[in-house]
Amino acid sequence: MSAPAVEVRDLRVGSGPLQAVRGVSFTIPAGGRMGLVGESGSGKTLTALALMGLLPMGWAARGSVLHDGVDLIGQSDRQLSQRRGRTISMVFQDPLSALDPVRRVGHQVASVIRRHTPADRAEAARQSVGLFRQMALPRPEQMVRAYPHQLSGGQRQRIMIAMALACYPQLIIADEPTTALDVTVQKQVLRLLNTAVRERGSALLMITHNLPIIAAICDSVAVMYAGRIVETGPVENVFRRPRHHYTRGLLVSQPTMDNIALDGSSRLPSIPGMVPSLQALPPGCAFHPRCPAASDRCRAEMPELSGTGAQAACWHPVTAP
Amino acid sequence: MTLLQMRGVTQTYALPRQGLFAARPRLTVLDAVDFGVDLGQAAGLVGESGAGKTTLTRILTGLERPQTGQVIFDGTDVWSGDAASRAQFRRAVQVVMQNPRSSLDPRMRVGVALHEPLRALKIAGDHAARVHQVIDQVGLTRAALERFPHEFSGGQLQRIAIARALMPGPRVLIADEPVSALDVSIQAQVLNLLKDLVADLGLSLVLIAHDLSVVAYSTSRVSVISAGKIVETGAPLELFTRPRTAETRALVEAVLTVEAGLAGHALD
Repeated sequence: MSAPAVEVRDLRVGSGPLQAVRGVSFTIPAGGRMGLVGESGSGKTLTALALMGLLPMGWAARGSVLHDGVDLIGQSDRQLSQRRGRTISMVFQDPLSALDPVRRVGHQVASVIRRHTPADRAEAARQSVGLFRQMALPRPEQMVRAYPHQLSGGQRQRIMIAMALACYPQLIIADEPTTALDVTVQKQVLRLLNTAVRERGSALLMITHNLPIIAAICDSVAVMYAGRIVETGPVENVFRRPRHHYTRGLLVSQPTMDNIALDGSSRLPSIPGMVPSLQALPPGCAFHPRCPAASDRCRAEMPELSGTGAQAACWHPVTAP
Repeated sequence: MTLLQMRGVTQTYALPRQGLFAARPRLTVLDAVDFGVDLGQAAGLVGESGAGKTTLTRILTGLERPQTGQVIFDGTDVWSGDAASRAQFRRAVQVVMQNPRSSLDPRMRVGVALHEPLRALKIAGDHAARVHQVIDQVGLTRAALERFPHEFSGGQLQRIAIARALMPGPRVLIADEPVSALDVSIQAQVLNLLKDLVADLGLSLVLIAHDLSVVAYSTSRVSVISAGKIVETGAPLELFTRPRTAETRALVEAVLTVEAGLAGHALD
């Protein structure tokens, strides 16, 4: 069996006294697809940025991130920048701010190819057109000459994906890649991402708060809350039989076809309260103030992940379906 | 009874001139649109970006005057009436925007922000009592009044934005994508709150969104807008199960569910 695409051990990301990611571990096998679910402030984006070596000023990561035979934590900026786009790449949420507004999109894709492969200018341009075609962009020969502002949001995001895929990376990180898009465009972009990742055999880390997207393209999932993974395992197990009360709460609060069949007085089940701030994390299990099953033990002791197959960090896991 | 409606509204915007002597081409944003909400009802409007949702909202709230057609509130044409009836209309129709962070002044305490609509609309009465009443209705504590917007999470801010919209005692609440900027666990709370307000206060609600499942959950009648035209109107369940037009079908098919994903056919 080949080495995992990435193996994260006890990752901690902090800035001064603030700890946003508090001991996260996961492994994505070569070609595997993991979803990282969490709300704003759960630490999911900082986890991704730590993997890319792109943490914002003032933030530092500890722990280890094994990828392609090296530990990415502790690599120099120069080493990391030679790696980004080649063995590990990222698709950001907002393509408009990630693309250079004054360069033609074809050149932007071609420059990634030229930086990391021996391809000459003509060859890189040819490959860019091929990538545009694969991303189902209309008239690829002309579109490579367009500027970002001339394109729609969906087209821009497909170009971001083309750029991320250009050098056949071992791992692609996609951070809310379709949140800024229309629902009808979202599905098309997900489908293209799905196919392109599969064809290249790349591993995928999909970061989103959207559970249906995870169910559609990932094989495993990790649910983050307040900087820790509270439940993880195969998507099938976690979504069908959630054991952490937070995961269960997220699943039942989704508006679905079943809810709308109910009458006007029906209410969506919702998780009471709100995500705690980093400055005031509750002791014990960080979810206890919002949890229906919280006990004295939850208020005092922090649970660790346990279980076989799917793992949950909970003192009183959900038992009923 | 239809409380607020637009009838035969067409709105066009001028585009840049194509040639020196050419007339400026016009873009039709709304094309003979009929849309309305009944007393105490929740009506939904769905459509992709660029379909005309925002222009429709602007006209329905009186921010923009329609070039053709009428906006009728409580039986009177808003734009042909006198200033007094228009003032009545502005009090009675209030809006909640998508992003509460940008719709609240960061340097204004929440309590002051809530007083603002009463001052602007020159409404007399016991303002402090009204603030307390409204803050209870949206499920916040009175301590919130002394704090600034940055001290709140997105979900709480959206409650504050809803409270501000409720201050003048409106009869129609227009919510433009009220949950799309919020976290999943908070979305359900805000949708439930809107539903409670319709039930408890007898408010009429217009909910505008691009996600059919959000609208379907909160309203009893949904209109689908595409390229400036209302293409279909019906009960949510009916639209979901028997869409009659291609535009509705595209929106229905775009809805991803956990179930479809687990069954492995979500992206088919």
